[in-house]
Amino acid sequence: MSILVIAEHDNSSLKAATLNTVTAAAKIGGDIHILVAGTSCDAAASAAAAVNGVSKVIKADAAHLEHQLAEDVAPIIIDLAKGYSHVLAPATTFGKNVLPRAAAVLDTQQISDIISVESADTFKRPVYAGNAIATVKSSDDIKLITVRGTTFDAADATGGSASIEDYTGASASGLSTFVSAELSKSERPELTAAKVVVSGGRGVGSAENFAIIEKLADKLGGAVGASRAAVDAGYVPNDYQVGQTGKVVAPDLYIAVGISGAIQHLAGMKDSKVIVAINKDEDAPIFNIADYGLVADLFDVVPELEGKL
Amino acid sequence: MKILVPIKRVVDYNVKVRVKSDGSGIDLANVKMSVNPFDEIAVEEAVRLKEAGKASEIVVVTIGPEKAQEQIRTAMAIGADRGILVKTDTPIDLGGVEPLAVAKTLKAIVEQESPDLVIMGKQSIDDDSNQTGQMLSALLGWAQGTFTSKLEVDGDTLKVTREIDGGLETVSLKAPAIVTTDLRLNVPRFAKLPDIMKAKKKELEIKEPSDYGVDFTPRLSIVEVSDPPVRSGGIKVPDVDTLIDKLKNEAKVI
Repeated sequence: MSILVIAEHDNSSLKAATLNTVTAAAKIGGDIHILVAGTSCDAAASAAAAVNGVSKVIKADAAHLEHQLAEDVAPIIIDLAKGYSHVLAPATTFGKNVLPRAAAVLDTQQISDIISVESADTFKRPVYAGNAIATVKSSDDIKLITVRGTTFDAADATGGSASIEDYTGASASGLSTFVSAELSKSERPELTAAKVVVSGGRGVGSAENFAIIEKLADKLGGAVGASRAAVDAGYVPNDYQVGQTGKVVAPDLYIAVGISGAIQHLAGMKDSKVIVAINKDEDAPIFNIADYGLVADLFDVVPELEGKL
Repeated sequence: MKILVPIKRVVDYNVKVRVKSDGSGIDLANVKMSVNPFDEIAVEEAVRLKEAGKASEIVVVTIGPEKAQEQIRTAMAIGADRGILVKTDTPIDLGGVEPLAVAKTLKAIVEQESPDLVIMGKQSIDDDSNQTGQMLSALLGWAQGTFTSKLEVDGDTLKVTREIDGGLETVSLKAPAIVTTDLRLNVPRFAKLPDIMKAKKKELEIKEPSDYGVDFTPRLSIVEVSDPPVRSGGIKVPDVDTLIDKLKNEAKVI
């Protein structure tokens, strides 16, 4: 068996989720190759070659691949897939956008968002917002899979010495054009890879008040998250959202501040190792899953906690 | 511009689902069913385009049981003009009609209906696969704008703002194209009683899967559906000092 992993990268480095996806590939077993499709992506390809357990990097370097649009990346995957038993991509917005496009043309029923590898053809995945776990067995010749990063450890980014091979068959689809990107700039760790996440909900009350959440996160060296309610209310940008349709996180410590604990939010954080909930409503559902609950006004205790740490 | 909106009948998002005791799936007996929330947003977006004079006709389509007519009527009450139900007794949530089969059926419908734009939910809240829109787009060889939080239509050019992990990305697509919706695209209206009455009179066509020549045999077999690991609640702490002590000395996470 051999497995192709689709790298998520920014042309100069690999995104963390790529390393988790490599670990899922290793669990399936077999030769692991990585596709790096981008523009002037030598650095990302070198980083992929250094990942422990990877035997070959396929680099598709072309001007039209700079923004890795699905319409341009999918044809490369379709072309390469025939040589593999499995094709894996991270279950990030990048992987979710690209992989089904390849799966349809390959006439394969993709398996989305796996959380465990049972065997080479059987996988577990959450359904119904994580309220049930389905074990599914694929009968397709080539298995296309997206991988939930938080349930697989990151592969060692060093120690590998894979060969790098050029892929030259890429051509522009002309179907869509990149216009602009508005990316959040932050010195904080990436939400899905952070060891500590401090999230705020509607109870925080305003964008200005979110500063107390950020201060606590900074004190703990953590990332800042939010509930859907806080994002919808405009307190923070969309990419802060933790939940079923936002990001799924599983840090060592998750602190939920002013979050009631809607089922959609719990789906995105209930695999965290330790959960702390701070809420003035003692009946808030978040307390049902929190390891430590503190019933108090967040505006009193969050600054106090930050000050005493 | 003609718009096709595929929708799905799913368990209402407020319902706490239960796994069947034999592990074969989710218990759907006597459970409230609704339009998949992302699809409702898709219907609303199409109706807004029609109200803005940018769309001429909105056709909704669903694949599901006889009762999925209810969801088509809901979409019609929001403002869709016409509906197609591809009737099947095969389960549509798990272990039945899969995204690939849905995409193939929709492709056949697109070829008959010739819409300029397909707007659909980014995922259904039962199977959570997030595949059908991308698959349909690939099968048609069209452009795709997924996870959309803003859609601007200017002639046959679509400016699509997408919610991505790092923030927002805007792409420009040429129609015909597929757009999949994210939560912040719009807030669907509540249908008014006169609109609900009017919806009952709109044209609803009932078709069979065989009309489209698509094989619904699943590629994935469900080995088991189980409850997720239960996380039991912990303790309440009286104050910040106790919390810090617990995190340091008991949980050892700080």
